[in-house]
Amino acid sequence: MKYVDEFRDPKLIEKAAEEIRRLADPKRHYRIMEVCGGHTHSIYRFGLQDLLPENLELVHGPGCPVCVLPMGRVDDGLKLAQDPQIILTAFGDMMRVPGQMGTPLEMKAKGADIRMVYSPLDALKLAEKNPERQVVFFAIGFETTAPSTALTLKRAWQMGIPNFSVFCNHVTIVPAMRAILDSPDMRLDGFVGPGHVSTVIGCRPYEFVAREYGKPVVVSGFEPLDLLQSLVMLLRQLNEGRAAVENQYERVVPWDGNQAALAAMAEVFELRPFFEWRGLGFISQSALKLRPEYAPWDAEARFEVAGVRVTDPKAAQCGEVLKGVLKPPQCKLFGKECTPEKPVGALMVSSEGACAAYYNYVHRAELVSGD
Amino acid sequence: MCLAIPGQIVEFESAAKHMATIDVSGVKRQVNVDLLRGSPLEVGDWVLIHVGFAMSKISEAQAQEQLQLLTMLGEAEGALEELEGYQFAEERSPHAQ
Repeated sequence: MKYVDEFRDPKLIEKAAEEIRRLADPKRHYRIMEVCGGHTHSIYRFGLQDLLPENLELVHGPGCPVCVLPMGRVDDGLKLAQDPQIILTAFGDMMRVPGQMGTPLEMKAKGADIRMVYSPLDALKLAEKNPERQVVFFAIGFETTAPSTALTLKRAWQMGIPNFSVFCNHVTIVPAMRAILDSPDMRLDGFVGPGHVSTVIGCRPYEFVAREYGKPVVVSGFEPLDLLQSLVMLLRQLNEGRAAVENQYERVVPWDGNQAALAAMAEVFELRPFFEWRGLGFISQSALKLRPEYAPWDAEARFEVAGVRVTDPKAAQCGEVLKGVLKPPQCKLFGKECTPEKPVGALMVSSEGACAAYYNYVHRAELVSGD
Repeated sequence: MCLAIPGQIVEFESAAKHMATIDVSGVKRQVNVDLLRGSPLEVGDWVLIHVGFAMSKISEAQAQEQLQLLTMLGEAEGALEELEGYQFAEERSPHAQ
């Protein structure tokens, strides 16, 4: 409870925590997955697990875009960057993600023209400014970033910018949730649904979880109080034997999502038949590719993309952590070979990755206190 | 990437309202507002920004909450760095209608 005095309203927090303890049936063991990496970050930052009864376990989900990207796709991107014609652009999070060839940052140090951008529009701008070069945007992310890539591609089309293209690695969260539910080594009682992804897709896409699997989903905000209230809502449903989709984050998430964003995505992207996820393997219809009309801006159609397949470093157990089967410190490399300073796996790179969050807020504190 | 940056609209770039100047803690940058076409958007409104695009309209109280959350998560500096890093509006290019 070390962070409790920083909460905006400690009394409300304590009340929500009390309600959770009251609702949690001591005869049961609850396993709730928070799907989104932003939630994982918040949970560790605020030490929320310390406020919960022991029989309520939070399981960290796959909602961290760089974490689920298989190493082979990183290498595919890096191979593109070896072409002197190409300027490869990527978000900051991506720059430190290791492929087999190294990280984008390391390749940049070796002379590849790889640049960090904060927006896909920045990559498009770079293409405008460098008409003699090819600018490829390494697109990653769930539905929070996919509409931005879609609008950028529409703009490239409208402005007729020929030297811009997208290496598309956008994934969609719902098929991953289904894969986890279908996984035989996974027993979950319910989900804390993602916040900002849901501003785009709304709450309806989660209805199958309640309908087909009989498990509740509560879409949640990122504040400590939001997360605790979402757990209260989940426990109430479980105790009443109900399974429904509920929206705790109503102040930001509309039930039907953002129609303009969904329309832009539908216009530019289609579903890939299957896509590989780190830790979860191949999941059908779980990722986006550019529609054939956008082929001139599709890096995979324009350039030779190697289609590298790399098995994860044997000792690293990113896959098990991503699926929630292992907790970060249970991985053999955690805090030894793999640290935020020198990450072996992507979960140690991003602040949304479970390993980095655990390392920064729990492991460092333990090191200081000598636990 | 997952956590949004809250900002207030201070000016629209043109009547077409594709781009707006947003103020985040005194830092002003242009962002794209095309994804908010569905709702009426005015100067003074607050929005959540992801990678150069406003994704949702929120209240002022929610914006303050979000800013405080970013601070507590140690992400506020990164958020401002992201905003200051947006290059795309530095010289205006023609907008397709």
